Amino acid sequence: MDCEETIHQIYFYLDGELTSWRRQQITRHLDECPPCAHGFDFEIELRQVIASKCRDEVPLDLKRRIAEVLGEPLGEE
Amino acid sequence: MADQARFAELAMPYMSALYSAALRMTRNPSDAEDLVQETYLRAYRGFGGFKDGTNLKAWLYKILTNTFINTYRAKKRRPEQTELDDVEDFYLYKRLGGLEAADAEETPETIVLDQIPESLVKEALEDLPEQFRMAVLLADVEGFSYKEIAEIMDVPIGTVMSRLHRGRKQLQKRLWNFAEERGLLPKAATGAAGAGG
Repeated sequence: MDCEETIHQIYFYLDGELTSWRRQQITRHLDECPPCAHGFDFEIELRQVIASKCRDEVPLDLKRRIAEVLGEPLGEE
Repeated sequence: MADQARFAELAMPYMSALYSAALRMTRNPSDAEDLVQETYLRAYRGFGGFKDGTNLKAWLYKILTNTFINTYRAKKRRPEQTELDDVEDFYLYKRLGGLEAADAEETPETIVLDQIPESLVKEALEDLPEQFRMAVLLADVEGFSYKEIAEIMDVPIGTVMSRLHRGRKQLQKRLWNFAEERGLLPKAATGAAGAGG
């Protein structure tokens, strides 16, 4: 598998949506190709940064409103 | 058939994730609060139809997504423009590639990523057209599989894959553009961008 093909499949690989045979081919290419491996590491890092920076704290008032509606006492968290 | 009495116990832990997703969808704190409250109400009423042992998080996100589409999209006067220009693979990585390593322990690209403010990441994601935003949000922030996203958004898996592919590249482009506009990039990186087009 060459660089172009690897880069094209990189998201499927990262998403865990490839067959094991396909995964092995990509893993082998990444082992042998530092530029692709760096780009791949960057994509992993970027995804973690996006996920961790897209979290917001629930306003207390909303928690209270929902707990009331569901008849659940609040304050056990 | 799920026991409604257990609903609160099972569903409350997802509130923070649902609220964050609602904010990205509505782009407005007040609408996001209403959307989450409505989602919990609908889920509570419909909990009898939830099959025990299946994925509760995905089920809640489906209700959130449907409620968003039915309630908030209806407010829009015209359909959202979904034409997107083409963006190359590894867009952000290639642009950050011009950086000199400041520290041998960490690559310069990684340092830049860590320093991106939360507000900028949120803004870049919220700037994506709705269909792409939803796909990226569900996959990269919430970690759902293609199959789960297809069920949540009620579209074929192929559509999920194509929206994700384009949405992720567009997100990288926005991250770059927003960081550049705000002067958050080291000079070496902006120089590299000029040279690379």
